[in-house]
Amino acid sequence: MEIVLSLAIGVLTASGLWLLFRPRTFQVILGLSLLSYAVNLFIIAAGRLRTDAPPIVGKGPADPAAYADPLPQALVLTAIVISFATTALLVVVLMASRGLTGTDHVDGEDGEP
Amino acid sequence: MHDPRLLLAVLSLPFLGAMIAAALPQAGRNWASAIAGSIAVAGVVLVAGFYPAVAAGEVIRSEASWLPSLGLQFTLRLDGFTWLFALMVLAIGSLVILYARYYMSPQDPVPRFFAFLQAFMGAMLGIVLSGNLIQLAFFWELTSLFSFLLIGYWHHNQGARDGARMALIVTGFGGVCMLIGFLLIGRITGSYDIDAVLAAGPVIRAHDAYLPALILILLGAFTKSAQFPFHFWLPHAMAAPTPVSAYLHSATMVKAGVFLLILLWPALSGTESWYLIVTAAGLATLLVGAWSAIFQQDLKGLLAYSTISHLGLITLLLGLGSPLAAVAAIFHTVNHATFKASLFMAAGIIDHETGTRDLRRLSGLAKFMPITATLAMVAAAAMAGVPLLNGFLSKEMFLAEALEAHSGTILDLVLPYLATLASGFSVFYSIRFINETFFGPAPVDLPRSPREAPRWMRLPMEILVLACLLVGIVPALTIGPFLALAVESVLGERTPSYSLAIWHGFSLPMLMSLAALVGGALAYRRFGRRLGTMDRSPVIGRLKARRTFEAVLATIVDAARLLHGWLGPHRLQVQLRLLIGTAVLLGALPFLFLGYSRGPEPVALIDPVFALIWMIGGLCAIGAAWQAKFHRLVALSLIGGAGLATSISFIWLSAPDLGLTQLLVEIVTLVLLLLGLRWLPLRRPAIWPEARMPLIVRLRRGQDLLIALAGGTGMAALAYAMMTRPTADSISRYFVENAYPKGGGTNVVNVILVDFRGFDTLGEITVLTIVALTVFTLLRRFRPAPESIELPHQQQRQNEFDRAEEDRSHGDTLAHYLFVPRIIMQWLFPVILTFAIYLLMRGHDLPGGGFAGGVTASIAILLLYMAGGTRWVESRLDILPLRWMSFGLLLATGTGMAAWIAGYPFLTSHFSYAAIPLIGDVPIASAWLFDIGVFAVVVGTTVLTLIALAHQSIRLPLRRKGSEEQASAPERSA
Repeated sequence: MEIVLSLAIGVLTASGLWLLFRPRTFQVILGLSLLSYAVNLFIIAAGRLRTDAPPIVGKGPADPAAYADPLPQALVLTAIVISFATTALLVVVLMASRGLTGTDHVDGEDGEP
Repeated sequence: MHDPRLLLAVLSLPFLGAMIAAALPQAGRNWASAIAGSIAVAGVVLVAGFYPAVAAGEVIRSEASWLPSLGLQFTLRLDGFTWLFALMVLAIGSLVILYARYYMSPQDPVPRFFAFLQAFMGAMLGIVLSGNLIQLAFFWELTSLFSFLLIGYWHHNQGARDGARMALIVTGFGGVCMLIGFLLIGRITGSYDIDAVLAAGPVIRAHDAYLPALILILLGAFTKSAQFPFHFWLPHAMAAPTPVSAYLHSATMVKAGVFLLILLWPALSGTESWYLIVTAAGLATLLVGAWSAIFQQDLKGLLAYSTISHLGLITLLLGLGSPLAAVAAIFHTVNHATFKASLFMAAGIIDHETGTRDLRRLSGLAKFMPITATLAMVAAAAMAGVPLLNGFLSKEMFLAEALEAHSGTILDLVLPYLATLASGFSVFYSIRFINETFFGPAPVDLPRSPREAPRWMRLPMEILVLACLLVGIVPALTIGPFLALAVESVLGERTPSYSLAIWHGFSLPMLMSLAALVGGALAYRRFGRRLGTMDRSPVIGRLKARRTFEAVLATIVDAARLLHGWLGPHRLQVQLRLLIGTAVLLGALPFLFLGYSRGPEPVALIDPVFALIWMIGGLCAIGAAWQAKFHRLVALSLIGGAGLATSISFIWLSAPDLGLTQLLVEIVTLVLLLLGLRWLPLRRPAIWPEARMPLIVRLRRGQDLLIALAGGTGMAALAYAMMTRPTADSISRYFVENAYPKGGGTNVVNVILVDFRGFDTLGEITVLTIVALTVFTLLRRFRPAPESIELPHQQQRQNEFDRAEEDRSHGDTLAHYLFVPRIIMQWLFPVILTFAIYLLMRGHDLPGGGFAGGVTASIAILLLYMAGGTRWVESRLDILPLRWMSFGLLLATGTGMAAWIAGYPFLTSHFSYAAIPLIGDVPIASAWLFDIGVFAVVVGTTVLTLIALAHQSIRLPLRRKGSEEQASAPERSA
């Protein structure tokens, strides 16, 4: 399992980075999405992999060892929502930039593609 | 009357006055000065009220906790010395305020002037009253800032701007050095408290870090007190209005450095390095200042250099390290403040009444302004050290100290001569000041015809000159007890016996003083005439400190530009390559040097389904990267595939909340990007004329691929190494154990979000709100590219078809497009909304919560928009996203603040169970209200963002010219 998740993180990172280096704003936005998947999975992996142990405790005393680590989950939950917000902002900035400069190049001017 | 809390009033009153003055209208000159004056006088009274306690040897302290976790207290402290200093700051402050009322022109923004002046006064009091070093450094920087504002008050004047900037840079630089020095002292003594530091003197002096700390602190004091070689800023600061010079550049700001030296004298002095550095700097400043003062043509310039030289004298005295010298230093600090402030005021009156400060143009003013002339002459005589005036007494003490042997070096031998020489210079420029201004033939061709200054403008000068006389004639009855008090609090057991009498018999200092007076007078008689033709001082004038300063500044700026040119390429791609490349390299370094190994923990067996999911997910990611340029829609779908794999992984790995939220956010992100696609240009594959890619492009892509692959491999390796190692014991344990007992919820993730880390979540929803508002604002001014303005291709085709057919009207096809799914989508609205509320309600105990619920609710609204079109929805439903957002933020913050009412810290949650018939026990937690706030904010932001985007399509036809026909078409947005 660990090796599969590591490979997944690796593939997502590599594809995301490749897109991040592209000259068109849309590509960069998609790259950031892929990168955020990779990072979120990585953070979850930092709590180690547990199956069938969601951190929903009973009403009695809870044994931390019996549940998946809730802390990375809380971190990632906010990260997911924030990444939606940043994507939205980027999309709007890209639209405005294209309207103002007439190109969707990240530098606002069409040099070499 | 010595409640320690009154100290806080003394400190805060000037700041309060500054705020009031700042709010006054420009014409409020009288009000501003009246308020400022009464506050200063009130300060004098309050401080004077502490006299009995201070005189009894008490150190008054008032403490409040400031940063207790760092061991820092906000401490105000008053002992004999700081009492005298505070009184001086406030008393001269009140006189300067009265003077400034008449000096400032009604055309200037006078309330602003008084606001700055009072704020400066407060900052200066802050330095004097500070009970710990960090606090002192804070007020120290504050004086630098306000002096910057005051020097640059006439900001339309280039000289004022330059002078202000120079003063700020020099004193600010010193302030930073001083702060580092204080941190070192704190490290040595373990405390920043001044009383503790003073008590730890021997420890500090014996410590290895003593020398660096000393040098750093001295840099702070020397830059502030304009000591050589940092003296050059002071003459340039003369561009300030004269009341500012009278206050800052004689009595307060420049005295802050001296104050610090005296304050820390018991702890830092007495070593060889102290003696060498401080004495040398003081001596150099004394001579350079006095020499340069002789050759100034500007009245204020002369006074500025004279101030430099007197500050040098005080520093020199402190450097000598003997208790008697310290007494002389404290005494001279007070004396200098009185006569120099009055001289600056005289210079201001002359400038005010004649329109010039040029010594070469001024002449014979004594006939026109006899009172001012008399007052200035007495003050100048005090500056020259004429007997029966206060300057004489402290200068006598200085000369006596100069004669004493202090170190056994050559300095002992030359000091008496140099001291006499400097005193001679002082006599020289004092005579020049008086003679060229007030005597000689009547002035010709002055900008204004000279006359006596108004009565109230002279009053502050009169008081100061009276003080000079009284202290000079009956020192023991006037300054005596106060000086004794100050000296005792600094020197403690080392207080020497000294006498304040004016006549000590024919002693050697007396002879030196006489020699200086006669020598100075003779020298003026011999050379005075020639000075008017010289435009810079001989010898010293060659040093050009100002030019050096500017050259250093220019070098720094150039270096910064160069560095920016290297490291800050204008192209984003290059920046990103550099950034990511560096990050990958740095991430790889530990592996390269220490080797890579997997950890000891066993790994779980690979589940084939999980592997298959990620095989698809990985292919999706690679495909998206491949296709993002030419096939945006395909790439978007593929990204969705990768996102789906991620969501499934979350659920698989026991994170149901994440899986749920990811899936929902995936949907809104998809809609968002689809809305954005509409505005992107068509991408044509044939870019290269020869139909093949140039080598350079291929190389660059190869480089990108390499970095991307290296980054991916690195992340995979890192993740694997991490997952095969045991976890450290983290705070998660606490969260799991206390989620139910303390948070009242069984869903630990939700309890963390809305309770344990509620403040983070509050911050996050604030960020969401800000982003949504930014999106909204950006889109209000949105101008699309010309080729995107046309209706989408499909809609044009549909409309053409409608026009061509007889029985169809415009827009019919569009209206019937996907009719059945649209009806279903509309019916789903209440269902999804109910589901959203269900998610919200159960969030505290089961997967769900405000975030997931909020996104679900916004999806319901989105579907409605997609089904019916923007206009259809908005004619039936008022969705007010801004209200949702503000309601949510208010509710979340209000829930947090409600805890205050119960006396708990912000965001403390409370929960209990309410028994509701039929439903049973329902947990009622305040965290749940907080979660409703989160829900509302998420709904508001998501809907606002997406709707603002969607609106762009229906806004456009209105702006377009010549196609009214299409403007009436029922366009759809999503």
